[in-house]
Amino acid sequence: MDAIRTDGLTKHYTKGFWRPRPYVALEELSLQVGQGEVFGFLGPNGAGKTTTLKLLMQLIFPTSGRAEILGRPVGDVSVRRRIGYLPENPYFYDNLTAEELLIYFARVFGYSAQDGRARASRLLDEVGIGPERRFQLRKFSKGMIQRVGIAQALVNDPEVVFLDEPMSGLDPLGRREVRELILRLRDKGCAVFFSSHVLSDAEALCSRVAVVVKGRLAATGRLSELLANRARAWELVIANVNQSVIERIKPRLTGVTALGEGRFSLELPLTVAPEKLLSELVATGGHLVSLNPVRETLEDFFVQQVLASNEAGIVRERTAS
Amino acid sequence: MSAVLIVARGVFKDSIRDRVAYNLVFFAILLMASSYLLAQLTAGQDVKIIKDLGLAAASLMGVLIAVFIGIGLVAKEVERRSIYSLLSKPITRSQFILGKYLGLVFTLVVNLAVMAIAYYIVLACLDWLTPESAKKAWEAAALDPMLLKAFALISVELMLVTALALFFSTFSSTFLSASLTLAVYIIGHFSDDLRSLESFGASPVVSTVGRWLYYALPNLAPLNVTEAVVHGHQVSLQHMLLASGSIGLYVAVLLVASTLIFERRDFK
Repeated sequence: MDAIRTDGLTKHYTKGFWRPRPYVALEELSLQVGQGEVFGFLGPNGAGKTTTLKLLMQLIFPTSGRAEILGRPVGDVSVRRRIGYLPENPYFYDNLTAEELLIYFARVFGYSAQDGRARASRLLDEVGIGPERRFQLRKFSKGMIQRVGIAQALVNDPEVVFLDEPMSGLDPLGRREVRELILRLRDKGCAVFFSSHVLSDAEALCSRVAVVVKGRLAATGRLSELLANRARAWELVIANVNQSVIERIKPRLTGVTALGEGRFSLELPLTVAPEKLLSELVATGGHLVSLNPVRETLEDFFVQQVLASNEAGIVRERTAS
Repeated sequence: MSAVLIVARGVFKDSIRDRVAYNLVFFAILLMASSYLLAQLTAGQDVKIIKDLGLAAASLMGVLIAVFIGIGLVAKEVERRSIYSLLSKPITRSQFILGKYLGLVFTLVVNLAVMAIAYYIVLACLDWLTPESAKKAWEAAALDPMLLKAFALISVELMLVTALALFFSTFSSTFLSASLTLAVYIIGHFSDDLRSLESFGASPVVSTVGRWLYYALPNLAPLNVTEAVVHGHQVSLQHMLLASGSIGLYVAVLLVASTLIFERRDFK
């Protein structure tokens, strides 16, 4: 059983008050997320990430298609006992304290007041909210609200967690803590579906990703598959080499960076055998420091997908035909 | 505890600390206290003035609290997106609406109780400071328990205003919800005039629209018993039950309509 499954999930809106025009927020999204998987849902701003999350939370209703969580339709209220959700830029009740908010949400899940207090205390510790948990939320900064938002998404020990831009508003320390938290959730067997446009987070955390561009799925798969065999060059770092030698081989390189003290970083295209060049350099007295394939990053892949979508004509007026 | 009561409790905790409510209750109490000074300027009418002004202040501030917090129950939650976290939890939209409603009604009843206590304290001061000979001119005792009936009907009125605010906020913005709620509240107090607009020289079209509005909008005039209780007249239990019952029915219809609209709403 998949943790999350969508089949042809589509959402069209109308935009404009006087002359309403149809607008495609999401078109035919089909994807599966397995249990215990950290799944990155990536896309530029306005790609349809939040729309997808809202459809999965039944905050909006699909124009067509279907979605299931843990084998149950998303409209089934009982499935919400088993999930957690952090909305994008969350906002809570101003006059409640962080502790009260978490106890309130715990009680919605049917936990006793005592159990709710214990859960609130543990989760607020986990997200790094200290004595300020007894302050009203209107006194909280954006980053602190984000931390409370993450805590409330975990109040029921969910089997699937949906995080919409979880790193938003967090300082570097907070981002690291949230990354560690997501990995702990994964280790406990919890599926984590998180949307982000911060690709380094996705690269560090996800086993699989999907890229949406302008409401359509542009690519999906395991990171290792999407980026496998996509080494785009070799990076050779060599020491004790004269500038004249570098000038001689320069036409065969795609890039040269002088590192100082006779050290150079050379970028070779994949068509050039590094062994041959290396032996030439060693013959002139050079010493090998390192030789590595330059792999494509998720950012490179992401940019390619967005550009490819544009070139393929997916860049369109997002209006339904 | 059911989901409805948990939501109601959450609303109560949040809204009882709302600064708007604090300020309005404080302002109502200030008005009641200042009515004591105003009453000193009138000869023999002091107790009536204090009773009249106090009830008006409680009613007006109660309505303002109901409107300004009531519209926030849904419209502000949607605009600020605080609703997302709650609705992603095991709670249906109808439970959300009912819980929100009950929570605010409970808040209003507590606020009204505070105002009623302040009101009786002002009246007790007057009673204590007034010579027995002067009291003989009063139509009713200062601490007349009949005044509680007026407070009871004000609370019924606030229940309706809350339901109206909730209803409008399920499909419109905060500003529009507040305007529509206040409009229905004001029209509801002049409901009888709507039925007989032709007697004021209105055109047939306007008179017909007036009659439709009369049947469609709640009649709030029976809930206003201030004049009767101030003059020491009896307000029958039958009147109380009939007035409350008809408004209760209206509230039930509004809550069902709110739920039906809310069930289908997209939170874009």
